[in-house]
Amino acid sequence: MELVLLLFIFVLAAFLGFELIQKVPSQLHTPLMSGSNAISGITIVGALIASGVAEGSLGKWLGFAALILATINVVGGYMVTDRMLGMFRKKGK
Amino acid sequence: MEKLIEIAYIVASVLFIFGIKMLGSADTARRGNQISAVGMLIAVVATLLYKEVLEFTWIVGGLAIGTAVGAIWAKRVQMTGMPELVALFNGFGGLGSLLVGWAEFEFHKQTDLVTQSAIFFAILIGGVTFTGSLIAYLKLSGKMSGSPTLFAGQKAINALLFAALLVLGGLYIFQGTAWALYAVIGLSLVLGVLGVLPIGGGDMPVIIAFLNSFSGLAASAAGFVILNNVLIVAGCLVGASGIILTVIMCKAMNRTLGNVLFGGFGAATGKSGAAVEGEMKALSVEDAFYVLEAAENVVFVPGYGMAVAQAQHAVKELGQILEKNGAEVRYAIHPVAGRMPGHMNVLLAEADVPYEQLCEMDAVNPTMASVDVAIVIGANDVVNPAAAEDPTSPIYGMPIINVHEARTVFALKRGQGAGFSGLVNTLFFRENCRMIYGDAKETITALAAQFKD
Repeated sequence: MELVLLLFIFVLAAFLGFELIQKVPSQLHTPLMSGSNAISGITIVGALIASGVAEGSLGKWLGFAALILATINVVGGYMVTDRMLGMFRKKGK
Repeated sequence: MEKLIEIAYIVASVLFIFGIKMLGSADTARRGNQISAVGMLIAVVATLLYKEVLEFTWIVGGLAIGTAVGAIWAKRVQMTGMPELVALFNGFGGLGSLLVGWAEFEFHKQTDLVTQSAIFFAILIGGVTFTGSLIAYLKLSGKMSGSPTLFAGQKAINALLFAALLVLGGLYIFQGTAWALYAVIGLSLVLGVLGVLPIGGGDMPVIIAFLNSFSGLAASAAGFVILNNVLIVAGCLVGASGIILTVIMCKAMNRTLGNVLFGGFGAATGKSGAAVEGEMKALSVEDAFYVLEAAENVVFVPGYGMAVAQAQHAVKELGQILEKNGAEVRYAIHPVAGRMPGHMNVLLAEADVPYEQLCEMDAVNPTMASVDVAIVIGANDVVNPAAAEDPTSPIYGMPIINVHEARTVFALKRGQGAGFSGLVNTLFFRENCRMIYGDAKETITALAAQFKD
């Protein structure tokens, strides 16, 4: 049952994703991409769970590596997007 | 506590949705990005509350290392280096999802059908994303040749590889065979390499958007592995938005995704376009200055060459001088100019070019006949009239910026050779086109200097 529910969520999220991005001016393509790229670092949640378990096993090491990579993705992605958008914003006058 | 965590995940998902929505408009984009970052923070903190999460030394260590590396790269990157950095971050996300799937496999070797399918997909998509992005990174940063790497039997090998992955995946999913999963890990990494090798630098905007979508789907698959809805929602949002961007990029090149992925540009069709008559006419900077001084309507058309020459600041300065001289100045930007979606916009924004001077292709084309001078800076295929006029050309049908309709065209170019795609640009042979050879930055700076004298 849980699987069906999760699939349901998945499909709805897909439609939502399509709807949200339909009309983005091409000026914003790069920040949109790097910003959504940062969101895909959400896998950090899975990495946290895997690396937080008590026993020291291969799985834990893998989780730890995943955590570092996902954190780079998240932190770097958000920061670089912010930097870009900062340049976009300061003009207009 | 479990309930609280779930609620926090819902909040995080909502923030991601708002964040992406706001990224779609210039006024709200920066806030949108910050909101989605807050969502991420909430998701991370909530996850730490799980009772299974016990050993915080590892977690703090991992977070600290990742934050330091990510922050340093994000701070230090030059705007011209943006495409490869995005590709690299993207690859890391993919590898992260692969490792999450793999770790789960190591925790419980045998689980149910659903989890094993999810592990397979997380590893397959994550693996392809990782090595694919890595190859894209190498090509974009110039550490590897940007031209398509083609060899005999390439498509057959890729097809075979894919088939093998499906068989091994089936073996793991239905039989629980452990070695099959290890083979899947290895082969998915190989598939990423072989998949992106044949894709040339000019097609990079498509492939980057496509890999971006893949990294989201990998995260979503990882969400099915650990039955976590925030991963599924966030990953799927990214997957969907990445696909849309990919489609936009493909349309801008009048090609299908299949053609980009498997085409190996120009090689598939064997078309090379009609032969061109006439000759390229060179122009000196001094003569160009006299034309520019009299111009009332000037359009800059930047391409990848502007990024290579780091000419964006010089271009903006010349633009300002022309404006003071009484000309209307605009920048026409083709959707696939450069090496990632929106590449030129980022560079010109860095140089402080006013936002409203940046025009999309469709806005500029109808006004092209009233343009006195169109200055093409290191762009090639996106201004090639063959795309509109020559049905035998490989790029026939691709929307272009119609600079050939302007009264005069200046094409800034390093040498006489063909562009990236290897195609002859018929624009350069037109009556109204003048070539200004040399480094784009030096040429632009020299032009600006003429005005000051």
